[in-house]
Amino acid sequence: MRLDWGNPDRPNSYIGRSVPRPNAARLVEGRGRYVDDIVLPRMLHVAFVRSPHAHARILRIATDEAQSAKGVRRVFTGADLCDVCSPWVAVLAHLKGIKSAPQHPIAVERATWTGEPVAAVVAETRAAAEDGAALVDVDYEVLPAVVDMETALDPATPLIHPDLGDNLTFQRLHEKGDVDAIFSAASHVVEATFRTGRHTGVCLEPRSILAEWNPGERQLTVYHSTQAPHMMQSVLAKHLDLPESRVRVICGDVGGSYGIKVHVYPDEVATAAIARVMGRPIKFIADRTESFATDIHARDHRITGRIAVDENGKILAIDIDDLTGIGPYSVYPRTSAIEGNQVVNLCGGPYDFQTYRAQTTVVLQNKTPTCQYRAVGHPIACAVTEGLVDMAAEKVGLDPVEMRRRNLIADDAYPYTSAAGMKFEALSHHRSLEKLVALMDYKGLRAEQAQLRERGVYRGIGIASFIELTNPSPFMYGIGGARISAQDGCTVRMDPDGSVVALSGVTEQGQGTEAILAQIVAEAVGVEVGEVRIITGDTQTTPYGGGTWASRGAGIGGEAALQAGLALRANILEVAGAMLQAKADTLDIRAGRIVDSNGGIERMDLAELGRIVYFRGDTLPRELSREMVATRHYITSEYAFAFTNGVQASWLEVDVETGFVKLLKHWCVEDCGRIINPMLVDEQIRGGIVQGIGGALYEECLYDGDGQLLNANMADYLVPMAAEMPDMVVGHVETPTAESALGAKGAGEAGTAGAPGAVMNGINDALRPLGARLTEMPFTPERVLRALGKLTK
Amino acid sequence: MKATRVGYWRADSVEAALGALRSAAGSAQLLAGGQSLVASLNLRLADETNLIDINGLTELEGVSDEGDRIRVGALTRHRTLETAPLVASSAPALAEAAVLIAHAAIRTRGTLGGSLAYADPAAELPACMVALEADIVARSADDRRRIPAESFFEGLFQTALAEDEMIEAVEVPKAGPLERQVVLELARRSGDYAMVGLVLRADVEGHALARSRIAYFGLGAVPVLARGAMSALEAGDLDAAVAALAQDLDPPSDLHASAEYRLHLAGVLLRRAVARARAEGGST
Ligand SMILES: Cc1cc2nc3c(=O)[nH]c(=O)nc-3n(C[C@H](O)[C@H](O)[C@H](O)COP(=O)(O)OP(=O)(O)OC[C@H]3O[C@@H](n4cnc5c(N)ncnc54)[C@H](O)[C@@H]3O)c2cc1C
Repeated sequence: MRLDWGNPDRPNSYIGRSVPRPNAARLVEGRGRYVDDIVLPRMLHVAFVRSPHAHARILRIATDEAQSAKGVRRVFTGADLCDVCSPWVAVLAHLKGIKSAPQHPIAVERATWTGEPVAAVVAETRAAAEDGAALVDVDYEVLPAVVDMETALDPATPLIHPDLGDNLTFQRLHEKGDVDAIFSAASHVVEATFRTGRHTGVCLEPRSILAEWNPGERQLTVYHSTQAPHMMQSVLAKHLDLPESRVRVICGDVGGSYGIKVHVYPDEVATAAIARVMGRPIKFIADRTESFATDIHARDHRITGRIAVDENGKILAIDIDDLTGIGPYSVYPRTSAIEGNQVVNLCGGPYDFQTYRAQTTVVLQNKTPTCQYRAVGHPIACAVTEGLVDMAAEKVGLDPVEMRRRNLIADDAYPYTSAAGMKFEALSHHRSLEKLVALMDYKGLRAEQAQLRERGVYRGIGIASFIELTNPSPFMYGIGGARISAQDGCTVRMDPDGSVVALSGVTEQGQGTEAILAQIVAEAVGVEVGEVRIITGDTQTTPYGGGTWASRGAGIGGEAALQAGLALRANILEVAGAMLQAKADTLDIRAGRIVDSNGGIERMDLAELGRIVYFRGDTLPRELSREMVATRHYITSEYAFAFTNGVQASWLEVDVETGFVKLLKHWCVEDCGRIINPMLVDEQIRGGIVQGIGGALYEECLYDGDGQLLNANMADYLVPMAAEMPDMVVGHVETPTAESALGAKGAGEAGTAGAPGAVMNGINDALRPLGARLTEMPFTPERVLRALGKLTK
Repeated sequence: MKATRVGYWRADSVEAALGALRSAAGSAQLLAGGQSLVASLNLRLADETNLIDINGLTELEGVSDEGDRIRVGALTRHRTLETAPLVASSAPALAEAAVLIAHAAIRTRGTLGGSLAYADPAAELPACMVALEADIVARSADDRRRIPAESFFEGLFQTALAEDEMIEAVEVPKAGPLERQVVLELARRSGDYAMVGLVLRADVEGHALARSRIAYFGLGAVPVLARGAMSALEAGDLDAAVAALAQDLDPPSDLHASAEYRLHLAGVLLRRAVARARAEGGST
């Protein structure tokens, strides 16, 4: 059966409507159940002693005093866990040449960043564990720290892992066409160096894990705030040497994740290992300070870019040199090379040109490890590309919108393979741009800008087109050897009262996945959305799946739910046909009732059907199949990724006396394919824009020359706050993917992808008459004033 | 991180609180709004201590008219400074400053006495006291003294209060008919402690500023009176006043701003404050 998408009045039409989330009331009433809310009998708490040095040899750890402190049950060092937990090395086979060192749950010989766990103290309460941790006495020999990524590969720089031979983790050069020839012949070439600030995704709920080893069942049950329960099941089984079937990962409510909670953290694995050793439930909840020092960081890049254009502003070639520092280890199991790899894959992405060179160099340093954070690599690639495109437009004398009109891939050019080798099924850059221009009244704003400039008010408009990688296939991780599922499944079941339960392998972390799954299932089966309950986040009960990352929940998990729901509907109709002595295909299910498809006359409600199936099966024909449950899985196969596209605009004012940037308004027109819930998509876009603005204006993990993190608190690390955020207008173009019946692509990262580039271009547009340009994020007021030449020291 | 262990005792009179403070001999602290103290306990930045909760002592709260001055009780919440008519008419800088402190929830608990005793160099209210020439009324079990604001703030988080003294109230001279008060600050996000801020008080007649006082916050260990700038303003020379800031101020460099940037902003704020005072004074 196919859904009649064109008809908004079709029966059970939940897909496409702003249905409120079913879990919202529970969460705002404070009745969520996060890991920290779970209390198990005999549970203990663990606190970690963390390295105060960026790089140090651990000479001796004296634990006696801690061991005998009040409430302390046991102290573990790295050596104590070596027998129960094997180290990991985060490499993937398809990232040619990538290397990293074995990483232990607790540092064994050397600590390699400030914050790395060096001992664990287990106690009756977290407070007692912290008191105990303060009594652990560690003798360190401080070693020189590698801090600056620019010099990480210099021969004089010490090696972080001597066994690796150098501090290089990964390097990739992609080249298409004769780049040098094009650059030397082009009418115009512009070049700039960009920096993106190292920052992190600050989750309201910190990383949390509660692990319980049941010796009777020989099973490890882990309550975990995570985005990928099945991946964690596999990782814990492997490194604790257990069968996968004996590890159960349960993920309840999650208070934000943004990619932070899709990685393997030493302290979390240590918690599980300790639970295994002690045979008691062990809880670890990161506090805010350790979150800043140990949650993955991201986006620490320096990018030099060049663009060649002809006299009409047509882009001929782009040349990118990216350098990124990732901390002392590639992060398990996704690796820390993906971000740089994405920069190579995504630069120039929206534009029609075929000569391209991009290199990424990924180096080690003694800072917090970096890895995938919301919109991995996208905000970097987008800002660099859009920065270069604006500079080229200025050089040629073109308006930024006109420059994009001339260069964006035509809407009828698909399928299209980009210069970086990315395959696009169908994008809508031009339609999106025209919609944006209309939404924002571009001409009107330009007029206003010109008027205000005469009065000494400097306002700017920044435009940023972007692409977003969503719905990844096994080409992202699976082919590299990681046990990370690109496929996802959904089981849909009708109970005797006619209500429906759906179990899904994708997860909910506050973004509303459960709401869209309920909508899809309700429409597919034919019941009211309130009759659908969703279960996610339990490796022992839900179908196997990848979880939630790379904007895959709606596109992959949603399609599985749709297919499972349709299958259940067919099963129900078959039973109904037998009961009503009608052909199944003359019947339909609408709002929980069996009706005649023609005319919609009600024949029977689902509760009655359920009563007969479950309690009076004797009255049904013996050979009748009565499966009130169906499971379907979905994986993409034609395209490695479902790319989406969009364009953002920022309207802002720069105070040229103080350097302060005031955001006045922000627009985004995006195309995520079929929209399942417009309200949730809009909120994803808005939240994503806010995080992008964070990177553009506020957020940066600041280190000193010794590798000390200086601002690991909410007073000094500035997250964007509501009062400074502009009004945001979100518009949509819908180009469904033809790969799935649902047609949904992802929308979770588009906002973050485009916002920093839009803000950067807006600032530079505002300052253009003053001859200033900024390319180093975050654009702090002081940096703005320095660019204006008002500070000299 | 779990909080430092503390003892807790709720005082039922000012006398009892002061008696307890004296007998604790340094091992106790007053708990007012808790918006600074509890945060530092939660971050284990403060040592184990005993808290003497003064929140029930209503006689320490409120604003009253004392003729040529107003008296503001130590337990007066920032929110009250924002809204009390007597503050708006007699010491408008306090109302303007209060709005700039943190967020509504914090202002509803945080107190004037707590802010002054804590003496954060970036706080608004200490600078207001210095600019407005207020007296801090300090009281111990057997004594009461008035400390001019200028000598109350002694160093980073340090005041002239003795171990057994509490702030009972402040007394602020009422603004005269020509007096204009301006509070301006620059913070990255609304509610953050300021990178740079100033409180300007002056009698404005036409273009001329007399009796002007300029106190900066966020620029040193204590609120800083910009004396050179004050006398230049007296002479009617705004450019000279801004230039004088280089001598008046010695701002620190930190994560949020360099000394050079802070000094630059101090000049920008001074021009803006003077422009506003003149505009409010009816001059153009
Ligand atoms: C997120 C946040 C942002 C903030 N931003 C700002 C800001 O921008 N500007 C600003 O000025 N402040 C800011 N604050 C601090 C706030 O203003 C506090 O309320 C104030 O600094 C302390 O007042 P309190 O009543 O909370 O004092 P407490 O926290 O209760 O006490 C602080 C100290 O003062 C002592 N004390 C309290 N009352 C007395 C008294 N009567 N006599 C003697 N000693 C006393 C205590 O013993 C303690 O040592 C912020 C606070 C937070 C949590």
